[in-house]
Amino acid sequence: MAHIQLKNITKKFGNHTALKGLDLEIADGEFFVLLGETGAGKTTTLRLIAGLETPTEGQIFIDGVDVGTWGAAERDVALVLQQYSLYPRYTVRQNLEFPLKSKIRRIEPKEIEERVARAAKTLRIEHLLERKTDRLSGGEMQRVSIGRAIVRQPRVFLMDEPLSALDAKLREALRTELKNLQMNLGETFLFVTHDQIEAMSMGDKIGVLNNGYLVQTGTPNEIYNNPLNTFVARSVGSPPMNLLDGKLSGGRAIVAPMRFELPYAGATKAGAPGEDRPLIFGIRPEDIYLEPGAPVEAQVHDVENHGVEKILTLRVGDETVRATVPARTEVALEESVRFAWNPEKVVLFDQTSGVSLRHAG
Amino acid sequence: MAAVRTSGEVALNRVAIVAVLLITLIFLAPIYWITATAFKPRNLATTIPPTVVFTPEISPFVKLFTKRSQLREAPSPEEYEAAPWWERLIFDGGEKVVRSGRGEVQLSGYPDRFMNSLIVAITSTVLAVGMGTFTAYGFSRFKVKGEGDLLFFILSTRMLPPVVVAIPMFLMYRAVGLNDTHWGLIILYTAFNLSFSVWLMKGFMDEIPKEYEEAALVDGYTRMQAFFKVVLPEAATGIAATAVFCFITAWNEYAFALIMTNRRAQTAPPFIPSQVGSGLPDWTVIAAGTFLFLLPVAIFTFLLRNHLLRGMSFGAIRK
Repeated sequence: MAHIQLKNITKKFGNHTALKGLDLEIADGEFFVLLGETGAGKTTTLRLIAGLETPTEGQIFIDGVDVGTWGAAERDVALVLQQYSLYPRYTVRQNLEFPLKSKIRRIEPKEIEERVARAAKTLRIEHLLERKTDRLSGGEMQRVSIGRAIVRQPRVFLMDEPLSALDAKLREALRTELKNLQMNLGETFLFVTHDQIEAMSMGDKIGVLNNGYLVQTGTPNEIYNNPLNTFVARSVGSPPMNLLDGKLSGGRAIVAPMRFELPYAGATKAGAPGEDRPLIFGIRPEDIYLEPGAPVEAQVHDVENHGVEKILTLRVGDETVRATVPARTEVALEESVRFAWNPEKVVLFDQTSGVSLRHAG
Repeated sequence: MAAVRTSGEVALNRVAIVAVLLITLIFLAPIYWITATAFKPRNLATTIPPTVVFTPEISPFVKLFTKRSQLREAPSPEEYEAAPWWERLIFDGGEKVVRSGRGEVQLSGYPDRFMNSLIVAITSTVLAVGMGTFTAYGFSRFKVKGEGDLLFFILSTRMLPPVVVAIPMFLMYRAVGLNDTHWGLIILYTAFNLSFSVWLMKGFMDEIPKEYEEAALVDGYTRMQAFFKVVLPEAATGIAATAVFCFITAWNEYAFALIMTNRRAQTAPPFIPSQVGSGLPDWTVIAAGTFLFLLPVAIFTFLLRNHLLRGMSFGAIRK
């Protein structure tokens, strides 16, 4: 178990700057998820902590100790990759033993056997121990990879998109398993992914990376309900938050391109922040509801049936809004419907900077 | 899954099989010829039309390994009685060549030359492949300043036919006393093979995912340990292929061996044809020498055939 802190980390590869002034703190025993697109700097962050890269600027602390000059072996972290972390020539058992047989650890053969057995039991791969790794399925391979990390009892688990190469069903199953595992072990996990569902469902905390900048860190709830800017708003949630240009006037939101007005709860309070400046209204699809007498009229452009719910794409003028409605809602394509939003849930962003007014003020 | 094949594909397949058989036949014909000649009695070696059916003999090998001078008359019955079994094989062939000038049969130069060939080829192969593997790993994994230029420079050493530098090399070798020494040839052959080995191994190294070593580094191994434990086993196929090529080059080299050596360190390639000149050429002896000379390469390639044939099955998780 360990506490990790990155202070003002910048990493350049030649002319390309992968990370810019990154500050990050991961508490002991926390499941921290770094969320970002390809090239956002997630993997670089992981490799810096693992000691496979050295930062151009800044410091890395593990349990309060600056590990800048330490090699990968000394940092005692475990790394699980999307692929290629198992040796094809070895059996599962040999792969699990490999990290324990390192000379710096000097572990008795008897204990190695015990630890491998324990890890295999935890991950339910006992029946695979004598198999060669190139004869495993994708899910089994990833379990073994995780096993290789568990046997070590490292200070931190670093995971680089370990579930991305798996098919959807398996991914979902392993997601739950991994989260349970982390809670049982009580260890510090840093998990890197581009999949917002993984981030939302597993993370105690999420850090959203964009283009080498850490945009926002917070609990999944904070990130979801109170995104710092439009980038974060778009990054999490499926479908993502609706972002509508407009302005506030007299306690009402006037959505310009669609020419409709809706009430805004925050504006009635003193001062009405954000009046008469260009804004972006952010509203989650599930906070939009259909009602016969609702203020805005729209046409149903598209219906996606997800079983428990339907995702509607509504057309108002030349703009579209997405709404998540209960599955029992019966609508036909091109049907006229009326909708409203939950005025409490609207998030205001400044139109020029994209930053949420709640965070700016 | 049963592949559905059109009649056109079947026909093409048959043509391919016939072509492969034909090519194999063309390649095997000289080897058959050498092997057959090596076991023929001398009088059948040069008949026209060629003799295909004959009783194999090992007298060519006896002549290959022994040294004798020609006598003018056939052996007397006493001499025949006194001779060992392998000498009688030669008498039985109706030949008069029996005794050396000193009155006894001596070991010929062939075993020594063969041994020299083995020493030089094996040592230079180990050196070239070993250094090549390390160099390729460095180029493949680390940022080397001027990498492209350096690699080109390494390759450029092969852009001249080696014989072009034979005379200067000979003079230099004479000056430093490397003439007619094993090390002289080993250094030469290693230098020739090194550029080839570096380039070939670089390709193989690039194929090995660096994640393997990184996983080992994070797991508590040093770069060296990771190299030997993880990279080297993965590179085995490449090393085997490179070693076969280097070995064949060193084993078959003729020109430098002819110029740089004459006795002590002479290898088999310049020795075998030198036997043609002494007396009437005995083609069976030449063939016997060539036949034995082919064996090491054949055995070496056979031992490594699995590595040579195995495709790159890199990656525990397939792309």
